[in-house]
Amino acid sequence: MTPTTTRDKLADFMRRHPTIVVGGLLLAIIALAALLAPWIARDPLALEPINRLKPPSAEFWLGTDSLGRDVYARMIYGARISLLVGLTVAVVSILIGAVIGLVAGYFPKVDAVVMRLMDGLMAIPAILLAIALVSLLGASVKVVIVAIAIPEIPRVTRLVRSVVLSVRGLPFVEAARSNGTRTAKLLRRHILPSTIAPLIVQATYICASAILTEAGLSFLGAGTPPEFPTWGNMIASSRLYLQIAPWTIFAPGLCLALVVLAVNLLGDGLRDRLDPRISRRM
Amino acid sequence: MLSYIIRRLLGVIPVMLVVGIFVFSLLHLAPGDPAAIIAGDNATAESIARIRANLGLDRPLWEQFSTWGWATLRGDLGVSMYSGTAVTTMVQQRIGATLSLATTTMLVAVTIAVTLGVLAAWKAGSLLDRAVMGLAVTGFSVPVFVVGYIMVYFVSLQWRLLPVQGYVPLSEGFWNWLRHLILPSFALGLAYVALIARITRASMLDVLAEDYIRTASAKGVASVPMLLRHALKNAAVPIITVIGIGVALLISGVVITESVFNVPGVGRLVVDAISRRDYPVIQGVMIIFAAVYVLINLLIDISYCFLDPRIRYS
Repeated sequence: MTPTTTRDKLADFMRRHPTIVVGGLLLAIIALAALLAPWIARDPLALEPINRLKPPSAEFWLGTDSLGRDVYARMIYGARISLLVGLTVAVVSILIGAVIGLVAGYFPKVDAVVMRLMDGLMAIPAILLAIALVSLLGASVKVVIVAIAIPEIPRVTRLVRSVVLSVRGLPFVEAARSNGTRTAKLLRRHILPSTIAPLIVQATYICASAILTEAGLSFLGAGTPPEFPTWGNMIASSRLYLQIAPWTIFAPGLCLALVVLAVNLLGDGLRDRLDPRISRRM
Repeated sequence: MLSYIIRRLLGVIPVMLVVGIFVFSLLHLAPGDPAAIIAGDNATAESIARIRANLGLDRPLWEQFSTWGWATLRGDLGVSMYSGTAVTTMVQQRIGATLSLATTTMLVAVTIAVTLGVLAAWKAGSLLDRAVMGLAVTGFSVPVFVVGYIMVYFVSLQWRLLPVQGYVPLSEGFWNWLRHLILPSFALGLAYVALIARITRASMLDVLAEDYIRTASAKGVASVPMLLRHALKNAAVPIITVIGIGVALLISGVVITESVFNVPGVGRLVVDAISRRDYPVIQGVMIIFAAVYVLINLLIDISYCFLDPRIRYS
Protein backbone atom coordinates (compact mmCIF):
# COMPACT_ATOMS: atom_id res chain seq x y z
CA MET A 1 0.00 0.00 0.00
CA THR A 2 1.43 3.38 -0.91
CA PRO A 3 1.36 5.98 1.83
CA THR A 4 -1.19 8.75 1.38
CA THR A 5 -1.42 11.06 4.37
CA THR A 6 1.51 13.10 5.66
CA ARG A 7 1.64 10.96 8.75
CA ASP A 8 1.82 7.77 6.72
CA LYS A 9 4.56 9.30 4.59
CA LEU A 10 6.57 10.23 7.66
CA ALA A 11 6.16 6.75 9.12
CA ASP A 12 7.16 5.26 5.78
CA PHE A 13 10.28 7.47 5.56
CA MET A 14 11.20 6.52 9.11
CA ARG A 15 10.83 2.81 8.32
CA ARG A 16 12.95 3.00 5.18
CA HIS A 17 15.64 5.38 6.44
CA PRO A 18 15.86 4.92 10.19
CA THR A 19 19.49 6.09 10.27
CA ILE A 20 18.64 9.50 8.75
CA VAL A 21 15.90 10.02 11.33
CA VAL A 22 17.93 8.84 14.34
CA GLY A 23 21.13 10.63 13.27
CA GLY A 24 19.28 13.81 12.35
CA LEU A 25 17.32 13.92 15.61
CA LEU A 26 20.41 13.29 17.72
CA LEU A 27 22.29 16.00 15.87
CA ALA A 28 19.36 18.43 16.18
CA ILE A 29 19.22 17.91 19.95
CA ILE A 30 22.97 18.53 20.32
CA ALA A 31 22.85 21.58 18.05
CA LEU A 32 19.93 22.97 20.06
CA ALA A 33 21.83 22.47 23.32
CA ALA A 34 24.84 24.25 21.80
CA LEU A 35 22.69 27.18 20.67
CA LEU A 36 20.90 27.49 24.00
CA ALA A 37 24.11 27.05 26.02
CA PRO A 38 23.94 30.41 27.89
CA TRP A 39 20.42 29.60 29.08
CA ILE A 40 20.83 25.95 30.06
CA ALA A 41 24.30 26.00 31.60
CA ARG A 42 26.30 28.24 33.92
CA ASP A 43 29.62 29.92 33.05
CA PRO A 44 32.00 27.24 31.67
CA LEU A 45 35.07 29.29 32.64
CA ALA A 46 34.12 30.12 36.24
CA LEU A 47 36.71 28.71 38.66
CA GLU A 48 35.56 27.52 42.07
CA PRO A 49 38.67 26.22 43.82
CA ILE A 50 36.59 25.07 46.82
CA ASN A 51 34.67 22.71 44.59
CA ARG A 52 37.57 20.88 42.94
CA LEU A 53 36.94 17.39 41.51
CA LYS A 54 33.45 17.12 43.03
CA PRO A 55 31.50 14.04 41.87
CA PRO A 56 28.18 14.55 40.04
CA SER A 57 25.54 16.08 42.33
CA ALA A 58 22.33 18.08 42.20
CA GLU A 59 24.33 21.30 41.96
CA PHE A 60 26.96 20.07 39.49
CA TRP A 61 25.15 17.54 37.30
CA LEU A 62 28.36 16.08 35.94
CA GLY A 63 30.69 17.11 38.73
CA THR A 64 33.58 19.54 38.54
CA ASP A 65 37.10 19.34 37.11
CA SER A 66 40.50 19.88 38.71
CA LEU A 67 40.04 23.68 38.72
CA GLY A 68 36.50 23.50 40.06
CA ARG A 69 34.85 24.24 36.74
CA ASP A 70 31.39 22.83 35.99
CA VAL A 71 31.86 19.80 33.69
CA TYR A 72 28.26 19.92 32.45
CA ALA A 73 28.59 23.58 31.41
CA ARG A 74 31.91 22.95 29.68
CA MET A 75 30.43 19.95 27.91
CA ILE A 76 27.51 22.00 26.55
CA TYR A 77 29.77 24.84 25.43
CA GLY A 78 32.20 22.31 23.95
CA ALA A 79 29.49 21.30 21.48
CA ARG A 80 29.70 24.80 19.98
CA ILE A 81 33.35 24.46 18.93
CA SER A 82 32.92 20.88 17.69
CA LEU A 83 29.89 21.70 15.54
CA LEU A 84 31.42 24.95 14.29
CA VAL A 85 34.65 23.25 13.25
CA GLY A 86 32.85 20.23 11.75
CA LEU A 87 30.47 22.32 9.63
CA THR A 88 33.00 24.92 8.51
CA VAL A 89 35.62 22.37 7.56
CA ALA A 90 33.03 20.41 5.56
CA VAL A 91 31.87 23.53 3.68
CA VAL A 92 35.35 24.95 3.04
CA SER A 93 36.95 21.70 1.89
CA ILE A 94 33.96 20.78 -0.29
CA LEU A 95 33.95 24.20 -2.00
CA ILE A 96 37.69 24.27 -2.70
CA GLY A 97 37.93 20.56 -3.52
CA ALA A 98 34.94 20.72 -5.88
CA VAL A 99 36.38 23.62 -7.91
CA ILE A 100 39.76 21.89 -8.25
CA GLY A 101 38.07 18.59 -9.10
CA LEU A 102 35.83 20.16 -11.76
CA VAL A 103 38.77 21.83 -13.48
CA ALA A 104 41.03 18.78 -13.18
CA GLY A 105 38.38 16.43 -14.51
CA TYR A 106 37.56 18.64 -17.47
CA PHE A 107 41.03 19.75 -18.59
CA PRO A 108 43.39 16.75 -18.99
CA LYS A 109 46.52 18.95 -18.97
CA VAL A 110 45.65 20.48 -15.60
CA ASP A 111 44.62 17.04 -14.39
CA ALA A 112 48.09 15.48 -14.62
CA VAL A 113 49.68 18.19 -12.48
CA VAL A 114 46.84 18.65 -9.99
CA MET A 115 46.39 14.96 -9.27
CA ARG A 116 50.12 14.50 -8.57
CA LEU A 117 49.85 17.36 -6.06
CA MET A 118 46.82 15.72 -4.48
CA ASP A 119 48.55 12.30 -4.29
CA GLY A 120 51.47 13.92 -2.50
CA LEU A 121 49.20 15.79 -0.10
CA MET A 122 47.32 12.57 0.70
CA ALA A 123 50.56 10.78 1.57
CA ILE A 124 51.30 13.18 4.44
CA PRO A 125 49.49 12.05 7.62
CA ALA A 126 46.59 14.47 8.11
CA ILE A 127 47.09 14.92 11.82
CA LEU A 128 50.81 15.74 11.48
CA LEU A 129 50.08 18.26 8.74
CA ALA A 130 47.40 19.83 10.94
CA ILE A 131 49.59 19.93 14.08
CA ALA A 132 52.44 21.46 12.10
CA LEU A 133 50.17 24.13 10.57
CA VAL A 134 48.61 24.99 13.93
CA SER A 135 51.91 25.28 15.77
CA LEU A 136 53.49 27.32 12.97
CA LEU A 137 50.59 29.71 12.35
CA GLY A 138 49.58 30.02 16.00
CA ALA A 139 46.63 28.36 17.70
CA SER A 140 43.19 29.87 17.05
CA VAL A 141 39.85 28.45 15.96
CA LYS A 142 40.37 29.88 12.46
CA VAL A 143 43.79 28.27 12.04
CA VAL A 144 42.45 24.94 13.35
CA ILE A 145 39.70 25.03 10.72
CA VAL A 146 42.17 25.74 7.90
CA ALA A 147 44.61 23.12 9.18
CA ILE A 148 41.94 20.42 9.27
CA ALA A 149 40.36 21.44 5.95
CA ILE A 150 43.55 21.28 3.85
CA PRO A 151 44.18 17.52 4.23
CA GLU A 152 40.49 16.85 3.40
CA ILE A 153 40.66 18.60 0.01
CA PRO A 154 42.30 15.74 -1.98
CA ARG A 155 39.48 13.34 -1.15
CA VAL A 156 36.87 15.80 -2.41
CA THR A 157 38.92 16.54 -5.52
CA ARG A 158 39.23 12.84 -6.36
CA LEU A 159 35.52 12.28 -5.89
CA VAL A 160 34.44 15.24 -8.05
CA ARG A 161 37.03 14.44 -10.69
CA SER A 162 35.80 10.86 -11.01
CA VAL A 163 32.22 12.06 -11.45
CA VAL A 164 33.31 14.62 -14.09
CA LEU A 165 35.26 11.97 -15.98
CA SER A 166 32.25 9.66 -16.08
CA VAL A 167 29.81 12.43 -17.08
CA ARG A 168 31.80 14.49 -19.59
CA GLY A 169 31.36 12.01 -22.46
CA LEU A 170 27.63 11.53 -21.96
CA PRO A 171 25.22 12.73 -24.71
CA PHE A 172 23.66 15.59 -22.69
CA VAL A 173 27.06 17.14 -22.10
CA GLU A 174 28.10 16.61 -25.73
CA ALA A 175 24.84 18.22 -26.82
CA ALA A 176 25.38 21.28 -24.64
CA ARG A 177 28.95 21.61 -25.88
CA SER A 178 27.99 21.35 -29.57
CA ASN A 179 25.36 24.02 -28.94
CA GLY A 180 28.24 26.34 -28.16
CA THR A 181 27.78 26.53 -24.40
CA ARG A 182 30.80 28.23 -22.85
CA THR A 183 33.01 26.04 -20.69
CA ALA A 184 32.31 27.83 -17.40
CA LYS A 185 28.58 27.52 -17.91
CA LEU A 186 28.91 23.94 -19.11
CA LEU A 187 30.75 22.98 -15.92
CA ARG A 188 28.31 24.85 -13.71
CA ARG A 189 25.00 24.00 -15.30
CA HIS A 190 25.56 20.57 -16.81
CA ILE A 191 28.33 18.83 -14.91
CA LEU A 192 28.17 20.26 -11.38
CA PRO A 193 24.64 18.94 -10.67
CA SER A 194 25.83 15.31 -11.01
CA THR A 195 28.36 15.85 -8.25
CA ILE A 196 25.87 17.23 -5.70
CA ALA A 197 24.54 13.94 -4.31
CA PRO A 198 27.92 12.31 -3.66
CA LEU A 199 29.23 15.63 -2.29
CA ILE A 200 26.45 15.88 0.28
CA VAL A 201 27.31 12.40 1.53
CA GLN A 202 31.03 13.20 1.49
CA ALA A 203 30.34 16.40 3.44
CA THR A 204 28.86 14.43 6.35
CA TYR A 205 31.89 12.14 6.52
CA ILE A 206 34.26 15.11 6.38
CA CYS A 207 32.26 16.78 9.14
CA ALA A 208 32.58 13.65 11.32
CA SER A 209 36.27 13.29 10.69
CA ALA A 210 36.88 17.03 11.26
CA ILE A 211 35.18 16.84 14.68
CA LEU A 212 37.41 13.88 15.58
CA THR A 213 40.56 15.61 14.31
CA GLU A 214 39.76 18.85 16.18
CA ALA A 215 39.32 16.85 19.39
CA GLY A 216 42.56 14.99 18.68
CA LEU A 217 44.46 18.23 18.09
CA SER A 218 43.07 19.81 21.27
CA PHE A 219 43.92 16.61 23.14
CA LEU A 220 47.54 16.80 21.94
CA GLY A 221 47.66 20.46 22.97
CA ALA A 222 48.10 21.57 19.37
CA GLY A 223 44.58 22.69 18.61
CA THR A 224 41.99 25.14 19.86
CA PRO A 225 43.68 27.22 22.62
CA PRO A 226 43.29 25.67 26.09
CA GLU A 227 41.12 28.51 27.40
CA PHE A 228 38.29 27.40 25.08
CA PRO A 229 36.06 24.72 26.60
CA THR A 230 36.42 22.05 23.88
CA TRP A 231 35.92 18.33 24.48
CA GLY A 232 39.52 17.58 23.50
CA ASN A 233 40.84 20.24 25.90
CA MET A 234 38.62 18.91 28.70
CA ILE A 235 40.00 15.40 28.27
CA ALA A 236 43.58 16.64 27.98
CA SER A 237 43.38 18.72 31.16
CA SER A 238 41.75 15.89 33.13
CA ARG A 239 43.95 12.97 32.09
CA LEU A 240 45.87 12.97 35.36
CA TYR A 241 42.64 12.65 37.32
CA LEU A 242 41.24 9.60 35.49
CA GLN A 243 41.33 7.45 38.63
CA ILE A 244 39.77 9.89 41.11
CA ALA A 245 37.45 11.84 38.79
CA PRO A 246 36.57 9.68 35.74
CA TRP A 247 33.50 11.85 34.96
CA THR A 248 35.78 14.67 33.83
CA ILE A 249 36.90 12.45 30.94
CA PHE A 250 33.88 10.23 30.33
CA ALA A 251 31.37 13.10 29.94
CA PRO A 252 33.15 14.93 27.09
CA GLY A 253 34.24 11.59 25.59
CA LEU A 254 30.67 10.36 25.43
CA CYS A 255 29.52 13.63 23.83
CA LEU A 256 32.23 13.42 21.23
CA ALA A 257 31.27 9.85 20.37
CA LEU A 258 27.55 10.75 20.23
CA VAL A 259 28.02 13.71 17.87
CA VAL A 260 30.28 11.79 15.52
CA LEU A 261 27.93 8.80 15.64
CA ALA A 262 24.98 11.06 14.79
CA VAL A 263 26.81 12.60 11.82
CA ASN A 264 28.00 9.18 10.60
CA LEU A 265 24.48 7.72 10.86
CA LEU A 266 23.12 10.68 8.92
CA GLY A 267 25.81 10.18 6.29
CA ASP A 268 25.13 6.45 5.94
CA GLY A 269 21.42 7.12 5.60
CA LEU A 270 21.90 9.90 3.05
CA ARG A 271 24.22 7.67 1.05
CA ASP A 272 21.62 4.93 0.84
CA ARG A 273 18.95 7.50 -0.02
CA LEU A 274 20.86 9.64 -2.54
CA ASP A 275 23.37 7.38 -4.21
CA PRO A 276 23.63 3.71 -3.35
CA ARG A 277 26.61 3.22 -5.64
CA ILE A 278 29.21 5.37 -3.97
CA SER A 279 30.89 3.67 -1.10
CA ARG A 280 32.21 5.00 2.12
CA ARG A 281 35.65 6.60 2.36
CA MET A 282 37.01 5.26 -0.88
CA MET B 1 52.13 -7.24 -15.64
CA LEU B 2 55.83 -6.38 -15.42
CA SER B 3 55.31 -3.11 -17.25
CA TYR B 4 52.46 -2.30 -14.85
CA ILE B 5 54.74 -2.88 -11.87
CA ILE B 6 57.49 -0.73 -13.41
CA ARG B 7 55.07 2.08 -14.20
CA ARG B 8 53.66 1.91 -10.71
CA LEU B 9 57.20 2.07 -9.27
CA LEU B 10 58.04 5.11 -11.39
CA GLY B 11 54.83 6.76 -10.18
CA VAL B 12 56.33 6.92 -6.70
CA ILE B 13 58.86 9.54 -7.82
CA PRO B 14 56.50 12.49 -8.48
CA VAL B 15 54.47 11.70 -5.36
CA MET B 16 57.51 11.73 -3.09
CA LEU B 17 58.80 14.87 -4.82
CA VAL B 18 55.52 16.61 -4.07
CA VAL B 19 55.66 15.37 -0.46
CA GLY B 20 59.17 16.80 -0.21
CA ILE B 21 58.10 20.18 -1.55
CA PHE B 22 55.08 20.32 0.78
CA VAL B 23 57.00 19.36 3.89
CA PHE B 24 59.89 21.68 3.09
CA SER B 25 57.83 24.75 2.22
CA LEU B 26 55.42 24.17 5.11
CA LEU B 27 58.23 24.72 7.56
CA HIS B 28 60.31 27.28 5.71
CA LEU B 29 57.58 29.67 4.65
CA ALA B 30 55.98 29.72 8.08
CA PRO B 31 56.39 32.80 10.28
CA GLY B 32 58.86 32.65 13.16
CA ASP B 33 62.65 32.50 13.01
CA PRO B 34 64.02 29.18 14.29
CA ALA B 35 67.46 30.69 14.81
CA ALA B 36 65.98 33.28 17.20
CA ILE B 37 64.04 30.56 19.04
CA ILE B 38 67.13 28.40 19.54
CA ALA B 39 69.25 31.37 20.62
CA GLY B 40 66.78 32.10 23.42
CA ASP B 41 65.34 35.32 24.84
CA ASN B 42 68.60 37.05 25.78
CA ALA B 43 70.42 36.41 22.50
CA THR B 44 72.24 39.14 20.62
CA ALA B 45 71.62 39.78 16.94
CA GLU B 46 75.13 38.50 16.35
CA SER B 47 74.61 35.10 17.95
CA ILE B 48 71.32 34.70 16.10
CA ALA B 49 73.11 35.41 12.83
CA ARG B 50 75.80 32.87 13.69
CA ILE B 51 73.24 30.16 14.45
CA ARG B 52 71.43 30.98 11.24
CA ALA B 53 74.64 30.63 9.23
CA ASN B 54 75.50 27.34 10.96
CA LEU B 55 72.10 25.89 10.07
CA GLY B 56 72.30 27.19 6.51
CA LEU B 57 69.13 29.23 7.02
CA ASP B 58 70.71 32.32 5.39
CA ARG B 59 71.01 30.72 1.95
CA PRO B 60 68.33 30.99 -0.76
CA LEU B 61 65.33 28.69 -0.32
CA TRP B 62 65.89 26.65 -3.50
CA GLU B 63 69.48 25.99 -2.45
CA GLN B 64 68.36 24.86 0.99
CA PHE B 65 65.74 22.64 -0.67
CA SER B 66 68.13 20.96 -3.10
CA THR B 67 70.77 20.39 -0.40
CA TRP B 68 68.14 18.93 1.90
CA GLY B 69 66.54 16.88 -0.90
CA TRP B 70 69.81 15.22 -1.96
CA ALA B 71 70.78 14.47 1.62
CA THR B 72 67.34 12.95 2.28
CA LEU B 73 67.66 10.74 -0.80
CA ARG B 74 70.97 9.44 0.52
CA GLY B 75 69.25 8.62 3.84
CA ASP B 76 70.73 11.56 5.73
CA LEU B 77 67.87 13.32 7.51
CA GLY B 78 70.02 15.92 9.22
CA VAL B 79 70.66 16.66 12.86
CA SER B 80 68.23 17.74 15.58
CA MET B 81 68.49 21.46 16.30
CA TYR B 82 68.19 20.79 20.02
CA SER B 83 70.05 17.64 20.95
CA GLY B 84 72.47 17.61 18.03
CA THR B 85 71.66 13.91 17.52
CA ALA B 86 71.18 12.63 13.97
CA VAL B 87 67.49 12.39 13.10
CA THR B 88 67.96 8.84 11.79
CA THR B 89 69.43 7.82 15.17
CA MET B 90 66.51 9.39 17.04
CA VAL B 91 64.05 7.58 14.79
CA GLN B 92 65.93 4.27 15.17
CA GLN B 93 65.74 4.55 18.95
CA ARG B 94 61.98 4.98 18.84
CA ILE B 95 60.88 3.01 15.80
CA GLY B 96 60.72 -0.25 17.80
CA ALA B 97 57.89 1.02 19.99
CA THR B 98 55.95 2.42 17.04
CA LEU B 99 56.40 -0.70 14.89
CA SER B 100 55.37 -2.95 17.79
CA LEU B 101 52.22 -0.91 18.32
CA ALA B 102 51.38 -0.78 14.60
CA THR B 103 51.96 -4.51 14.10
CA THR B 104 49.93 -5.71 17.08
CA THR B 105 47.16 -3.26 16.14
CA MET B 106 47.06 -4.58 12.57
CA LEU B 107 47.01 -8.20 13.76
CA VAL B 108 44.26 -7.56 16.31
CA ALA B 109 42.18 -5.45 13.93
CA VAL B 110 42.41 -7.65 10.83
CA THR B 111 41.72 -10.87 12.78
CA ILE B 112 38.68 -9.48 14.57
CA ALA B 113 37.36 -7.52 11.61
CA VAL B 114 37.59 -10.28 9.00
CA THR B 115 36.01 -12.81 11.37
CA LEU B 116 33.16 -10.43 12.22
CA GLY B 117 32.68 -9.41 8.59
CA VAL B 118 32.54 -13.01 7.34
CA LEU B 119 30.11 -14.02 10.11
CA ALA B 120 27.91 -10.99 9.42
CA ALA B 121 27.79 -11.75 5.68
CA TRP B 122 27.13 -15.44 6.31
CA LYS B 123 24.21 -14.71 8.62
CA ALA B 124 23.11 -11.59 6.71
CA GLY B 125 20.03 -9.95 8.21
CA SER B 126 20.33 -11.80 11.51
CA LEU B 127 20.76 -10.28 14.94
CA LEU B 128 24.49 -11.05 14.75
CA ASP B 129 24.75 -9.14 11.46
CA ARG B 130 23.02 -6.12 12.95
CA ALA B 131 25.19 -6.22 16.04
CA VAL B 132 28.35 -6.30 13.91
CA MET B 133 27.17 -3.41 11.75
CA GLY B 134 26.15 -1.43 14.84
CA LEU B 135 29.61 -2.01 16.29
CA ALA B 136 31.13 -0.89 13.00
CA VAL B 137 29.35 2.49 12.95
CA THR B 138 30.03 3.05 16.64
CA GLY B 139 33.68 2.00 16.36
CA PHE B 140 34.19 4.59 13.71
CA SER B 141 32.74 7.32 15.91
CA VAL B 142 34.66 6.92 19.16
CA PRO B 143 38.08 8.59 19.11
CA VAL B 144 41.04 6.49 20.19
CA PHE B 145 41.78 8.59 23.29
CA VAL B 146 38.25 8.11 24.60
CA VAL B 147 38.31 4.32 24.08
CA GLY B 148 41.81 4.31 25.53
CA TYR B 149 40.89 6.06 28.77
CA ILE B 150 37.71 3.97 29.22
CA MET B 151 39.79 0.79 28.87
CA VAL B 152 42.52 2.09 31.19
CA TYR B 153 39.91 3.07 33.79
CA PHE B 154 38.25 -0.35 33.91
CA VAL B 155 40.95 -2.84 32.90
CA SER B 156 43.96 -1.21 34.54
CA LEU B 157 42.67 0.95 37.39
CA GLN B 158 39.55 -0.93 38.55
CA TRP B 159 40.40 -4.57 37.77
CA ARG B 160 44.20 -4.15 37.81
CA LEU B 161 44.75 -6.61 34.97
CA LEU B 162 47.13 -4.67 32.71
CA PRO B 163 49.59 -1.80 33.05
CA VAL B 164 48.16 1.72 32.81
CA GLN B 165 50.75 3.01 30.36
CA GLY B 166 54.33 2.73 29.14
CA TYR B 167 56.26 0.48 26.83
CA VAL B 168 58.79 -2.28 27.38
CA PRO B 169 61.01 -3.49 24.53
CA LEU B 170 60.68 -7.06 23.30
CA SER B 171 64.16 -7.85 24.63
CA GLU B 172 62.78 -7.64 28.19
CA GLY B 173 60.50 -10.60 27.74
CA PHE B 174 57.66 -11.44 25.37
CA TRP B 175 54.84 -11.29 27.90
CA ASN B 176 56.13 -8.11 29.46
CA TRP B 177 56.24 -6.54 25.99
CA LEU B 178 52.84 -7.84 24.98
CA ARG B 179 50.92 -6.84 28.11
CA HIS B 180 51.95 -3.22 27.63
CA LEU B 181 50.65 -3.34 24.06
CA ILE B 182 47.26 -5.02 24.59
CA LEU B 183 45.27 -1.93 25.59
CA PRO B 184 46.88 0.47 23.06
CA SER B 185 46.35 -1.99 20.20
CA PHE B 186 42.70 -2.58 21.03
CA ALA B 187 42.05 1.15 21.48
CA LEU B 188 43.78 2.04 18.22
CA GLY B 189 42.38 -1.02 16.43
CA LEU B 190 38.71 -0.24 17.06
CA ALA B 191 38.27 2.24 14.20
CA TYR B 192 40.18 -0.14 11.97
CA VAL B 193 37.96 -3.07 12.96
CA ALA B 194 34.96 -0.95 12.03
CA LEU B 195 36.35 -0.01 8.62
CA ILE B 196 37.54 -3.49 7.64
CA ALA B 197 34.51 -5.35 9.00
CA ARG B 198 32.17 -3.22 6.87
CA ILE B 199 34.12 -3.85 3.68
CA THR B 200 34.57 -7.55 4.44
CA ARG B 201 30.84 -7.96 4.90
CA ALA B 202 29.96 -6.03 1.73
CA SER B 203 32.57 -7.81 -0.33
CA MET B 204 31.55 -11.25 1.01
CA LEU B 205 27.89 -10.54 0.28
CA ASP B 206 28.80 -9.82 -3.37
CA VAL B 207 30.80 -13.03 -3.66
CA LEU B 208 28.24 -15.21 -1.86
CA ALA B 209 25.70 -14.21 -4.51
CA GLU B 210 27.91 -15.64 -7.30
CA ASP B 211 27.04 -18.79 -9.23
CA TYR B 212 30.17 -20.68 -8.22
CA ILE B 213 29.24 -20.42 -4.55
CA ARG B 214 25.82 -21.90 -5.30
CA THR B 215 27.54 -24.67 -7.27
CA ALA B 216 29.92 -25.35 -4.42
CA SER B 217 27.19 -25.59 -1.84
CA ALA B 218 25.07 -27.73 -4.21
CA LYS B 219 28.02 -30.09 -4.49
CA GLY B 220 27.90 -30.41 -0.75
CA VAL B 221 30.97 -28.40 0.24
CA ALA B 222 30.58 -27.73 3.95
CA SER B 223 29.86 -24.16 5.08
CA VAL B 224 33.12 -23.28 6.75
CA PRO B 225 35.54 -24.42 4.01
CA MET B 226 33.25 -22.82 1.47
CA LEU B 227 33.26 -19.49 3.29
CA LEU B 228 37.02 -19.47 3.67
CA ARG B 229 38.37 -21.19 0.58
CA HIS B 230 35.79 -20.22 -2.01
CA ALA B 231 34.32 -16.94 -0.81
CA LEU B 232 36.86 -15.08 1.33
CA LYS B 233 39.68 -15.67 -1.16
CA ASN B 234 37.65 -14.04 -3.88
CA ALA B 235 36.50 -11.21 -1.65
CA ALA B 236 40.09 -10.30 -0.78
CA VAL B 237 40.74 -7.44 -3.23
CA PRO B 238 38.44 -4.80 -1.70
CA ILE B 239 39.43 -5.92 1.81
CA ILE B 240 43.12 -5.45 1.08
CA THR B 241 42.45 -2.10 -0.62
CA VAL B 242 40.73 -0.80 2.47
CA ILE B 243 43.56 -2.04 4.70
CA GLY B 244 45.83 0.16 2.56
CA ILE B 245 43.53 3.16 2.89
CA GLY B 246 43.51 2.51 6.61
CA VAL B 247 47.28 2.88 6.84
CA ALA B 248 46.79 6.66 6.79
CA LEU B 249 44.27 6.25 9.60
CA LEU B 250 46.69 4.05 11.52
CA ILE B 251 49.56 6.54 11.24
CA SER B 252 47.40 9.40 12.52
CA GLY B 253 46.07 7.13 15.26
CA VAL B 254 49.54 6.05 16.35
CA VAL B 255 50.49 9.66 17.08
CA ILE B 256 47.54 10.09 19.48
CA THR B 257 47.73 6.59 20.97
CA GLU B 258 51.38 7.04 21.89
CA SER B 259 50.36 10.16 23.82
CA VAL B 260 47.50 8.40 25.65
CA PHE B 261 49.58 5.40 26.72
CA ASN B 262 52.87 7.24 27.08
CA VAL B 263 54.62 5.08 24.49
CA PRO B 264 58.01 6.57 23.55
CA GLY B 265 57.60 6.14 19.79
CA VAL B 266 58.08 8.13 16.62
CA GLY B 267 54.68 9.80 17.04
CA ARG B 268 55.69 11.31 20.38
CA LEU B 269 59.02 12.32 18.86
CA VAL B 270 57.36 14.39 16.15
CA VAL B 271 54.74 15.95 18.45
CA ASP B 272 57.52 17.08 20.80
CA ALA B 273 59.60 18.29 17.84
CA ILE B 274 56.72 20.36 16.46
CA SER B 275 56.24 22.20 19.74
CA ARG B 276 59.97 23.03 19.76
CA ARG B 277 60.12 23.78 16.03
CA ASP B 278 62.90 21.28 15.58
CA TYR B 279 62.73 21.50 11.77
CA PRO B 280 65.00 18.58 10.78
CA VAL B 281 63.13 16.15 13.06
CA ILE B 282 59.69 17.29 11.84
CA GLN B 283 60.72 17.07 8.19
CA GLY B 284 62.44 13.72 8.64
CA VAL B 285 59.57 12.01 10.44
CA MET B 286 56.93 13.41 8.05
CA ILE B 287 58.96 12.14 5.08
CA ILE B 288 59.33 8.72 6.71
CA PHE B 289 55.61 8.43 7.47
CA ALA B 290 54.73 9.53 3.93
CA ALA B 291 57.20 7.06 2.44
CA VAL B 292 55.70 4.23 4.52
CA TYR B 293 52.22 5.18 3.33
CA VAL B 294 53.31 5.32 -0.32
CA LEU B 295 55.26 2.06 -0.03
CA ILE B 296 52.39 0.11 1.55
CA ASN B 297 49.95 1.34 -1.06
CA LEU B 298 52.46 0.42 -3.78
CA LEU B 299 52.75 -3.13 -2.41
CA ILE B 300 48.98 -3.38 -2.26
CA ASP B 301 48.59 -2.24 -5.88
CA ILE B 302 51.18 -4.80 -6.96
CA SER B 303 49.53 -7.54 -4.90
CA TYR B 304 46.39 -7.20 -7.06
CA CYS B 305 48.33 -8.78 -9.94
CA PHE B 306 48.68 -11.95 -7.91
CA LEU B 307 45.35 -11.89 -6.08
CA ASP B 308 43.04 -11.38 -9.00
CA PRO B 309 44.26 -12.73 -12.35
CA ARG B 310 41.10 -11.33 -13.97
CA ILE B 311 42.46 -7.81 -13.66
CA ARG B 312 44.48 -7.02 -16.77
CA TYR B 313 46.87 -4.12 -16.75
CA SER B 314 47.61 -2.64 -20.11
